[in-house]
Amino acid sequence: MREIDAGQITQVVSRLCIQANRQLPQDMKNQIEACRSQEDWAPAKEILDRIVENYQIAGDNDRPICQDTGMACVFLKIGQDVHISGDLRAAVDEGVRQGYAEGFLRKSVVRDPLDRVNTGDNTPAMLYIDLVPGQEVEITVAPKGFGSENMSQIKMLRPSDGVQGVKDFVRKVVEDAGPNPCPPIVVGVGIGGTFDKAAYLAKQALMRPVDQRNAAPYYAQLEAELLEEINALGIGPQGFGGRTTALAVNIEQCPTHIAGLPVAVNINCHVTRHKTEVL
Amino acid sequence: MPVSIKTPLSREQARQLKAGDSCLISGVIYTARDAAHKRLCELAEQGKPLPIDMTDAVIYYVGPTPARPGEAIGSAGPTTSYRMDAYSPLLISLGETGMIGKGKRGPEVVAAMKEHGAVYFGAIGGCGALLSQCVKKAEIVAYEDLGAEAIRRLEVEDFPVIVVIDSQGNNLYETGRQAYLESK
Repeated sequence: MREIDAGQITQVVSRLCIQANRQLPQDMKNQIEACRSQEDWAPAKEILDRIVENYQIAGDNDRPICQDTGMACVFLKIGQDVHISGDLRAAVDEGVRQGYAEGFLRKSVVRDPLDRVNTGDNTPAMLYIDLVPGQEVEITVAPKGFGSENMSQIKMLRPSDGVQGVKDFVRKVVEDAGPNPCPPIVVGVGIGGTFDKAAYLAKQALMRPVDQRNAAPYYAQLEAELLEEINALGIGPQGFGGRTTALAVNIEQCPTHIAGLPVAVNINCHVTRHKTEVL
Repeated sequence: MPVSIKTPLSREQARQLKAGDSCLISGVIYTARDAAHKRLCELAEQGKPLPIDMTDAVIYYVGPTPARPGEAIGSAGPTTSYRMDAYSPLLISLGETGMIGKGKRGPEVVAAMKEHGAVYFGAIGGCGALLSQCVKKAEIVAYEDLGAEAIRRLEVEDFPVIVVIDSQGNNLYETGRQAYLESK
């Protein structure tokens, strides 16, 4: 049994909140620059150039890439042979509190969805805990902006709707969103499970690097087809027209009930951020 | 060539701008997003004076990150505008001539823009680090308790925007996309 002090988790969460908000992941940079070189519509090229300039300024000068430094989504994969001493949930929230203060990040969380008073320190984190074999703790912080979160949708399709129903729904979500979620976007899709599981899978899909396809060839093919169909819509960067509407479609699938075909689409913007450390 | 705009923006100037025009805004603009819009409209509905003069005002939908010591402002890109649709028609009727945000607007906002002469500008969403460089000075003028959502008076220089919807109702989200698809 390995002993880990909750205070260590606070330190890592704090650091990851700051780093994730300042430095766009390399796979995102590569994909944006690849799309820029394939884009042939002048206004779209101009916007993609500004987007590249923006993440370079942020990375070089330790500034938040976007002013919406998000809700702190924290994913913990805790080895079964680890014992954490201290209050884990409180330790994660303390990490968010420290990171958002020290990093000059925006506090964007209200304590109640209806009375809407800001908590002032960006807590609580949206915390997801998974127990896995081993004696390590993997910590991922994904600050999630709400311009794109608000454009996400879920639908309980019928099994008879099949793959075509899934594709039609994903395209419809992107079409409905249009310019709102700061395209070019990353499209996270969760297929299967239950109502809540599909939404969780869609969020998980956004954690996967955009240059990594689904391990199952059928779903990898579906990702490629959906990306092509979305980029034929013409919405373009910021919605002013162009080829580059989406940078990637990431799908996660899961067993489901004989009566159901849940599909969740979680949209993320061109500032799709997450950073991981292992203790 | 981008059009240079000096605020305050008169209704006559607003009416001359066309969807698709690239503009560089200099002068004073005010920040306000969801919570501040709600308070402004509650005051207006009660017939009380507003903390800022709406006449010819340009409002930027932004909640910046905190400024570091010695800097005017943190990252400061636009937030999604449709959440202000419930409030914009009233503010436009009170004199607001320019709104800066990103994303679609509802028909009630476009109708008010056409009636009174106002324009909707888009700034590039997700480019807060870049856009903050155009903000030379920032001070809170109302609702400090709202934190990032407080109303700030910004002095900006050559702040880059594009006219998305003009006072005739022309919409770049529709025309830009259509022009791209027709080019294919």
